[in-house]
Amino acid sequence: MRYLIDNFSEIVEITKTHLYLALLPLLFGLVIAIPAGAVIRRIPWLRRVTVTVASLAYTVPSLALFVIIPPLVGISAIDPWNVIIALTIYSTALLVIAVPVALDSVPAAVVDAADAVGFGPLRRTLTVDMPLAVPVFVSNLRVVVVTNIAMVSVGALIGVGGLGKLFTQGYQRDYPDEIVAGIIVTLALALVFDRLVYLLGRWATPWTRADGRTQRKADA
Amino acid sequence: MNLFVDAWHYLTDSANWGGPTGIEFRLAQHLWYTLLAVAGSALIAVPLGLVIGHRRRGAAVLVGFANAMRALPTLGLLTFLVLLLGLGLIPPLLALLTVGIPPLLAGAYAGVANVPADVVDASRAMGMTERQILFRVEVPNAMPILVNGLRGATLQVVATATIAAYVNLGGLGRYIFDGLGLHRYDRVLVGALLVAALAMLLDGLLALVVWATTPGTGRLRKTASPVNVLRATP
Repeated sequence: MRYLIDNFSEIVEITKTHLYLALLPLLFGLVIAIPAGAVIRRIPWLRRVTVTVASLAYTVPSLALFVIIPPLVGISAIDPWNVIIALTIYSTALLVIAVPVALDSVPAAVVDAADAVGFGPLRRTLTVDMPLAVPVFVSNLRVVVVTNIAMVSVGALIGVGGLGKLFTQGYQRDYPDEIVAGIIVTLALALVFDRLVYLLGRWATPWTRADGRTQRKADA
Repeated sequence: MNLFVDAWHYLTDSANWGGPTGIEFRLAQHLWYTLLAVAGSALIAVPLGLVIGHRRRGAAVLVGFANAMRALPTLGLLTFLVLLLGLGLIPPLLALLTVGIPPLLAGAYAGVANVPADVVDASRAMGMTERQILFRVEVPNAMPILVNGLRGATLQVVATATIAAYVNLGGLGRYIFDGLGLHRYDRVLVGALLVAALAMLLDGLLALVVWATTPGTGRLRKTASPVNVLRATP
């Protein structure tokens, strides 16, 4: 705890780097996976291939990826982009599987109703399918956010900043306080962003709460 | 690209396979750590998940607990435990438990909780005891999801066991850390590729197990469908 207080301003700086390294890949993952996931859902063979490839990508350990990417892309191992690219691969892999699953959770009757009212495919996807898929999607997104934040630390092993630096430095200096400080801040970040995504999901789906209230009223 | 060629040469040179620092030995070490960690995680997580799934109570606590565990940075835990307990096999194994438990816990719980309620009620109505319901009805039905949890746990542990080499343990991570230290990046790449290959191999094997434990849909689809059986009986 002492370490955390004494080095507060330095830790804030490291935390900023950590967040940047964890959230930028998430953003890239969302931009790639949402349209891709919506498209592959309509084409069964493509969906099967994508899910297989994505699962395989997730199989590669992060440390391995941090080592394989630099020679492939032509950057140095300690380039922050190394970590960003690796985590983008993971985020995209997880999200591209989650998007079709979330869209599948939309009740068929609602989709049929939208079709019957005369919604075109694009309008239906954007205004009916996607909003109704939010609850299932959010539960997956929470896992991705937490995983990303925990995973950035591994980057410290190859020398890319973030809170993992506190672990390698603390270990080399035989200084447990520094490590504990890193664990506390990482945990706090993960829990805060997990909560944030959850609240964002609730805010985006007001009808799920209205439903619960009427249900309780009906029960009473 | 030259690095990949060098790594390939290293991999195909039989001199690098045998001996106490050879690839065979490192692979065996890596598998041994993985086995220990996954077995330990299963020992803790599966009974807990089954009981919570059967009672269908405490799910919220379970999910929160699993999520918090997922958020724990393994590298931090690993270095901390080594400073606390000293070098050896125990600190890395403890750190790996926190990686293996969440998927297994989630799999065991979700597997049992997702068994249709009418199936459970029917077995209860037939006079089965709670223990019989759990082991004869819920566990067999939960198998595919449970094994999927095992698959996730194995994958995570294989990947994370690489980091154990940072605290002077063996396994495939040795190539990565020794290579980084010696600036021999072909060796680093060899370690990375071997870990990735091992993870994919284990994942494929466990995918087969998931398929084999799926009642009705996978393995049994090859046998006659119920409709055909009915038609065959006079």
